[in-house]
Amino acid sequence: MDYFITEQQTMIRDLARKIAQEKIKPVAAHYDETEEFAWPIMKILADSDMFGVYLPEAYGGLGGGIMDMCLVTEELSRACGGIALGYGGTGLGALPILLHGSDEQKKKYLPDIAKGKRLAAFCLTEAEAGSDAGSIKTTARKEGDKYILNGTKQWITNAGEAEIYTVIALTDKSKGVRGASAFIVEKGTKGMEFGKKEKKMGIRASATREVIFTDCEVPAANLISREGMGFIVALKTLDTSRPGVAAQAVGIAQGALDCALEYSRTRVQFGQPISSFQAVQHMLADMGTQIEAARALTYSVARMVDAGVKSVSKESAMAKLFASDTAMKVTTDAVQIMGGYGYMRDYPVEKFMRDAKITQIYEGTNQIQRNVIASHMIKETLKK
Amino acid sequence: MNIIVCIKQVPNTTDVRIDPVTNTLIRDGVESVINPFDAYAIEEAVRIKERCSGGKVTVITMGPPQAENALREAISLGCDEGILISDRKFAGSDTWATSYTLSAAIRKIGDYDVILCGKQASDGDTAQVGPGISAHLDIPQVTYVKKIAEISAEKAKVERMTEEGYDVVETPLPCLFTVVKEINTPRMPSLKGMMRAKSAKPLKWTADDLEADASALGLDGSPTRVVKIFTPEPRKGGEMLKGGAEDISKELAELLKDVVI
Amino acid sequence: MPASITILLHKCTGCTLCVKTCPFGAIHMANRKAVIDMAKCTLCGACVPACKFSAIELKKDSGPKKDLSAYKDVWVFCEQKKGVIQSISFELLGEGRKLADKLGVKLAAVILGSGIEAKAEELAHRGADKVYLVDHPALGSYQDDPYTEVLVKLAEEYKPEVILCGATTIGRSLVSRVAIKIGAGLTADCTELDVDLKERLLLQTRPAFGGNIMATIITPNHRPQMATVRHKVMKEAGIDKSRRAEVTSKIYPEEVFKSRTRLVDIVAEIGETVNLSEADIIVSGGRGLGGKEGFAMIAELAKALNGAVGAARSAVDADWISYSHQVGQTGKTVCPKLYIACGISGQIQHLIGMQSSKVIVAINKDPDAPIFKVATYGIVGDVFEIVPALTKEFRRALNK
Repeated sequence: MDYFITEQQTMIRDLARKIAQEKIKPVAAHYDETEEFAWPIMKILADSDMFGVYLPEAYGGLGGGIMDMCLVTEELSRACGGIALGYGGTGLGALPILLHGSDEQKKKYLPDIAKGKRLAAFCLTEAEAGSDAGSIKTTARKEGDKYILNGTKQWITNAGEAEIYTVIALTDKSKGVRGASAFIVEKGTKGMEFGKKEKKMGIRASATREVIFTDCEVPAANLISREGMGFIVALKTLDTSRPGVAAQAVGIAQGALDCALEYSRTRVQFGQPISSFQAVQHMLADMGTQIEAARALTYSVARMVDAGVKSVSKESAMAKLFASDTAMKVTTDAVQIMGGYGYMRDYPVEKFMRDAKITQIYEGTNQIQRNVIASHMIKETLKK
Repeated sequence: MNIIVCIKQVPNTTDVRIDPVTNTLIRDGVESVINPFDAYAIEEAVRIKERCSGGKVTVITMGPPQAENALREAISLGCDEGILISDRKFAGSDTWATSYTLSAAIRKIGDYDVILCGKQASDGDTAQVGPGISAHLDIPQVTYVKKIAEISAEKAKVERMTEEGYDVVETPLPCLFTVVKEINTPRMPSLKGMMRAKSAKPLKWTADDLEADASALGLDGSPTRVVKIFTPEPRKGGEMLKGGAEDISKELAELLKDVVI
Repeated sequence: MPASITILLHKCTGCTLCVKTCPFGAIHMANRKAVIDMAKCTLCGACVPACKFSAIELKKDSGPKKDLSAYKDVWVFCEQKKGVIQSISFELLGEGRKLADKLGVKLAAVILGSGIEAKAEELAHRGADKVYLVDHPALGSYQDDPYTEVLVKLAEEYKPEVILCGATTIGRSLVSRVAIKIGAGLTADCTELDVDLKERLLLQTRPAFGGNIMATIITPNHRPQMATVRHKVMKEAGIDKSRRAEVTSKIYPEEVFKSRTRLVDIVAEIGETVNLSEADIIVSGGRGLGGKEGFAMIAELAKALNGAVGAARSAVDADWISYSHQVGQTGKTVCPKLYIACGISGQIQHLIGMQSSKVIVAINKDPDAPIFKVATYGIVGDVFEIVPALTKEFRRALNK
């Protein structure tokens, strides 16, 4: 389908596709198996300017938007959703600075992120604050021109590998979510440590660790926006980044469909390629249609974000919900089409299926997305 | 460190097919690409520039006007400037005339420390143009370079691939190197490089821009002439052997009896 | 008068035969007449005989014919390494003998080296009527500058009609420079040589476009006519110990041997570099081998056959085996007597490097793999079953 992307976006997509095909695809199984972080690929993405596509030119980026970021994420995910997350996770960590940071903060951090010199991470989730993000317990106590952070963030993407962390912590426990604030913490800050690397079902090339703050001193200049704005920063960040998760899901689904399609043309049973059987054809048709619908929704929302639409909560939730459910279904069907071969690690589709699952879970489970969507819908009727 | 890279635009061999009826090359829809070996030369040039912190990489090509695309691609990969050497007077150049023309262009550029070429072009496979250029310029050469171990303003120490291993060769600069695949892994283009390439304006030089002897250009300057072009009988698929691994092995050993002994 | 090509519009019928023949895609039809795109045309002339209506006129000849009668004899540049004459030189002497006999001239061997006087006899036994020998410490190992200088001096003094040289690393580096210095025509990588007796022209046939087309090339107006020849294509000259040659040992002033480059070290990668271009039998592996272990199996079969190990690019890129084993477009071009491709699908880039092998055996699990299209014998099956069985069988057959 033609989405009438710009000349620059076409260039970005084509180069991301080339990198995914030539550099990521051959090593995807290796990083899945070893669970190593794919630094050589991050270097390639950095050198090719991919980390800067959505950042303003003033900060060393290419001046594009979330749509550009989605195109890159989708193409990388088509080869490996885990490696793509090293890229996507940096975007998530950079967004609070981009959306709410001061000019000094942007000048200090965004150029390195745009160049890919430093990766970023976003720290919200805690052991007892998952879907219920409002119950975070990490605190930030102001002392002179410093904040002292205490608490443990859990399942943080890029933790340990990234150098720039945006952290949500409570500056005023009594105010609940209104007492949360956002901070920039650099790796190496005293009192900041990382937990052991988590062992995951999928996206195993990505690094997931705890980030532990013990009397961690952060300069007051690293407060993003004002005290008490932490949750607004977090929600706005997630609303903006969700099309990225959707794009990751679309990419994973497309990668699985590519494999299944290729396999169905060459696999011969009963004397003919299995693609000649209607049962297989109908599955392929559904997979292709669902992916295209997910892509169309994802791109539309990304463009809404780039056009500056004030609230995209409902739409970005819809994109993430639909694309991730599609990814789960399509990857499961891809394994089914390839039968026993699909189940074996010799072929990449079982990995796509494992990778797809997380997209239904992180950055808000799909149940939470449905809550968000429904509550917006109901509110909208009340307004009428 | 000023570096000149000589590249050639060639048809992409992945696309080259033979018409089964007429037995000729099908050229329709065949994409033109940078000669695969030249990609290593471009990468090495950019690496030398990075290593020696500074200088300029000039990429030159001799070919039809559309070869400008190859120059743009080279710029997107880190080359600073491109020069297209194009003139109908160059038509029919063999390796003698081609290396003469390129050396005339290099003389015009003037200031260089290193010239890099791919070891050969994938369409001609001659490996003669690189050494030809160094002979015309009367500078030293090292062919089949697989590693530039040391390089400074005055000299370089390189490894030259041989049939048995490699030679370590020291050379003063300026020098011409032809490089093999083993020397590096070419980088991906960068988006900023691609944008720079899009707006770049490669220089265009014709025969009149070169201080060259007109009788040494093109077909007239080429000692060799192609008198016949034909397609070899395409190799036909032969016999398929069937059966268990052992039976097949016995059969094959029998069939190859005269070859292996 | 510069060379030109013209379509004679009154004769052109718009039949499109020339369009199909042009190897450079330089001809298209406009208003039912052929049009030549001069940006693409190389004036190769392939279209001229293809036109049934004589509608294409190619004017190539420039200037009066030079008197080339001073040039005679066929020379073979004989490559030596550590004093050992390389087998390619014997192949060239075999071919050179035929050409010299046809032309009715002498066959001369040229050898440069250090402490190599005794080699003249060996070259005589291989059919050389004359041997030009230059012995100097600076010529012990190949270096571009002194080798070029000496060969240029010899050619200028003795004026050979033809110089043949191996299309080896040394050969290609050396004669490319010599041809420029003496203004000679040079054709690379020939697979077939013949002579046009009337014009005393060397007919040099070589593959282009990775062997997809063949071109025959001549050097009408320049001497010597120089060619590099592929390894393993020509038959080695036999040994006749009764033969004697007229030996000319040349001495040149010291400055002739000066080299700007300095050979610091010669490193032999023992066991690592197999001389693929020398091997009569090559057993090659590709992606289908699944890993380094697969190559151990390939090496066993190669050993049983006294052959070398080759590889497809995918296996080299995956680091299963070093680049020196790579066969194909970005690797080596080989033409052994027997090429066994194991688990290689046969991408065009690979086929380019091995399709001139005399016998090709392909083993692959995919019956549609393109490798079968060039294979003399094809086996559809599991390489891990078939290769060990073959190793066993060949060991038995060869009594190892």
